[in-house]
Amino acid sequence: MSSTSTPIDDLLRGSLDHCVKCTICETQCPVSNVTPLFPGPKYAGPQAERYRVGDEPSVEWSVDYCSGCGICSQACPQGVKIAEINAQARHKLKRQNGIPLRDRIITRPTWLGRAGTPVAPLANFTLGFKPLRALGEKTLGVHRNGPAPKFAGRRFSKWARGRSGPVSGRRIVYFHGCGTEYYEPWEGQKVVEILEHNGFRVEVPKQDCCGLPLQSSGLFDDARKVVLRLARALAPHVREDPETIIVGNATSCTLMLKREAREILGLEDDLDLKLVSERTYDICELLLLLHDRGELKTDFKPVSERVAYHAPCQQQGHYIGKPALELLALIPGLEVTEMNARCCGIAGTYGLKAEKYDIAMAVGAELFGQVRDSGASTVACDSETCRWQITHGTGLGSVHPIDFLHRAYGL
Amino acid sequence: MRGELHYDAVVIGAGTAGLVAGARLAESGAHVCVLAKGIGSTHLAPGTIDVLGYAPDRVASPREALSELVAARPDHPYALIGLDTVDHALAWFESCVGAGPLAGYRYVGRFEHNHLLPTAVGALRPSTLVPETMVAGDASAPEPVCVVGSRALRDFHPALCAANLTRAGIAARAVEVDIDVSRADENALGLARRFDDPAWRAGFAARLALKLQADERVGLPAMLGARDPGGAWSDLEHRLGRRVFEIPTLPPSVPGMRLYEILRSALRRAGGRLILGAEVVDAERSGSRVSAVLARTGGHDTRYAAPSFVLAAGGFASGAIELDSRWITHERVLGLPLRGVPAPEQPRFLGDYLAEQPMSRVGVAVDGDLRAEGADNVLVAGAALGGAVPWRELSGEGIALASGFRVAELAGAGAAATTGAAA
Ligand SMILES: Cc1cc2nc3c(=O)[nH]c(=O)nc-3n(C[C@H](O)[C@H](O)[C@H](O)COP(=O)(O)OP(=O)(O)OC[C@H]3O[C@@H](n4cnc5c(N)ncnc54)[C@H](O)[C@@H]3O)c2cc1C
Ligand code: SF4
Ligand code: SF4
Ligand code: SF4
Repeated sequence: MSSTSTPIDDLLRGSLDHCVKCTICETQCPVSNVTPLFPGPKYAGPQAERYRVGDEPSVEWSVDYCSGCGICSQACPQGVKIAEINAQARHKLKRQNGIPLRDRIITRPTWLGRAGTPVAPLANFTLGFKPLRALGEKTLGVHRNGPAPKFAGRRFSKWARGRSGPVSGRRIVYFHGCGTEYYEPWEGQKVVEILEHNGFRVEVPKQDCCGLPLQSSGLFDDARKVVLRLARALAPHVREDPETIIVGNATSCTLMLKREAREILGLEDDLDLKLVSERTYDICELLLLLHDRGELKTDFKPVSERVAYHAPCQQQGHYIGKPALELLALIPGLEVTEMNARCCGIAGTYGLKAEKYDIAMAVGAELFGQVRDSGASTVACDSETCRWQITHGTGLGSVHPIDFLHRAYGL
Repeated sequence: MRGELHYDAVVIGAGTAGLVAGARLAESGAHVCVLAKGIGSTHLAPGTIDVLGYAPDRVASPREALSELVAARPDHPYALIGLDTVDHALAWFESCVGAGPLAGYRYVGRFEHNHLLPTAVGALRPSTLVPETMVAGDASAPEPVCVVGSRALRDFHPALCAANLTRAGIAARAVEVDIDVSRADENALGLARRFDDPAWRAGFAARLALKLQADERVGLPAMLGARDPGGAWSDLEHRLGRRVFEIPTLPPSVPGMRLYEILRSALRRAGGRLILGAEVVDAERSGSRVSAVLARTGGHDTRYAAPSFVLAAGGFASGAIELDSRWITHERVLGLPLRGVPAPEQPRFLGDYLAEQPMSRVGVAVDGDLRAEGADNVLVAGAALGGAVPWRELSGEGIALASGFRVAELAGAGAAATTGAAA
């Protein structure tokens, strides 16, 4: 246990002095807007932070109810890093109070994935089996109805290794994340095929989790190890050639690499991570940049379908707007409605936790209502956990926006 | 690979001025991106379009008073914007509300007339274009006022409001209605969400009706609906059988949030982009033009290139203009020259807090076409403009709306001229 403050702590803490108590963040917080258990970003963040001194017991517990969605930081006109301050406070709380076994397990998608993949039918049965889920809720605190993904039973990396892509073309490094590796390998295949269609030669380095689930549950030491391991794995692939970038479809994971690991975990000085952070792009961000340069193929065939698009909070944290909307607009016949609600509620693993499930569903209610009102048959959303939650809340199928591009390309 | 995007125009700031400029540019067919560090003053201000309230006496007709003001003060933002533009901007805004996401919610007013509406402390505030939900609060209405509060909203004191209204010659009294809240710090937004619910509203109306006297109109803190304010307000009037009006509250301002939604969806409808959280941290110049701005996007910055830019980043309040510890003023976004800065030997601040402070007229130096000095393709709108004292004049929102509207006309014309020259 160390209580030494790093420069990044000071930067985050320093930002709280910019708070003018304007309440703008309070109007935006999806959690405090549905539950009195959380007093909101202004109180839990810049206000309570003043009373969190060194390793002294925290005077404020409610910060555990902050989902870490980051919406407050996006809205604050004074640049206060509210969500980041909350993440640090959550870490401290966990350090002082101990970490539930539940958090140690569900924050390890790699362990879960490795354990579940070979026995996917059994694991999926277990996850779908109500009595066992009820037991899991009692013993572990994972809510019985929480949207658990299904193991695909095969791994993306295996598919990637087993094929031969084009031998020439611009090099690009693909960071697929755990969701693609264990649960939705087909998303990764689509990413690769879209990139190849646009003249890239895709490299898939051996890689592991980015550590985000650990970080968002306050398990910072483990998160640091995990994200640095990933940075060591990715950095050599981009170091030599300044033109080579890393692209990912798991938007929360790319955000972790771009910004969160450095800001929240205090890893500003790690050179590998810095390099990876500068070179990482979200897949839709990249495709829109290509389109702007006139380098994106637009040989899209019509797709006649009505889609609701939800930009997940983590995607909004990239501060790049909603590139998916502009890409989807290129597809003839596709009718896209932009959802206005900010958060689906899940926030990674937040909505899986028994004590937070109802809050997450209440947060998501607005989005679920908008989706239903839109008359869409499918929901497009950039984050896998959000897609699972949206499907859980609406009963509609949900896909990454690139699914539509893949279909329209006829790949 | 480089993070770079091209637009016809890039607007910096998502307050009233930036959103209006962005929406108007997008409506004219331009490919527009609005970059903002965060949300602007909309969520804090009352959501009314105050064109001119004091000059320095209370203004009855903003149009008349403005003609005199611009003649006397050629450097005032309104003089640069032009009165016809103010008129057009007000008309555009009304139509924008009608086409907006809040069905049945309207703004009411004319350039020739100021409403005189109660504030939360019962002072009377002149305002030009206001939500219909506030109009019945006008000082000229004959009915006595019943100011309604609740312990649930601790920032609103009906007795104080009523006492001051009475002092101003308007018969008023206060009542409190119980509202069951689960949190001690409930604000107007939390309560507004309840008013969206018809069943909850019916219960509230029934409890309130018992406390009202025959001929009274009802003043409530501005919390009558976040999503369906038009419906909530008219339903309440109907249920109570009398006129009901909203009184702006301390922040967060529910009518201000509605204003934001109206402008944001106008921008969206017209195809403009809005990127929240994207702080502009640097600019690239070529000669006297800005060729691109850099926005912080995490990991790598993104470069936004355009033939024209609108700076609508606000003033001292939003942090776009600062006075540093060495008493030097800066425009922090693009580093543009300022005007109105008191000379070193002159006083910057006066002892009386509410007096007109010499620093308050500081703003980005512009020419007669709102073009920034030293940056030919940067137009300036809103609180970034100097020469006005919005909180004394009660002109902040009017200047933001009209200048946002005007720079869109000018930037559109500028972009067309550039394209024409290139062709
Ligand atoms: C509490 C309060 C009450 C008020 N009451 C009234 C009233 O009753 N009547 C009235 O007329 N006026 C009132 N005003 C003033 C009025 O609201 C403002 O004058 C007006 O809204 C200014 O609008 P704006 O768009 O120019 O700037 P703002 O609303 O300040 O918006 C500035 C925008 O620029 C963004 N920005 C700043 N720096 C950067 C950067 N580096 N990069 C990207 N974006 C940046 C901000 O995030 C924000 O989106 C009030 C203001 C406040 C704060
Ligand atoms: S939005 Fe920012 S400045 Fe305003 S209260 Fe929240 S943290 Fe403070
Ligand atoms: S991160 Fe999200 S949940 Fe947490 S305080 Fe901010 S807005 Fe609320
Ligand atoms: S955030 Fe991504 S890479 Fe990280 S744990 Fe999730 S799925 Fe894995």
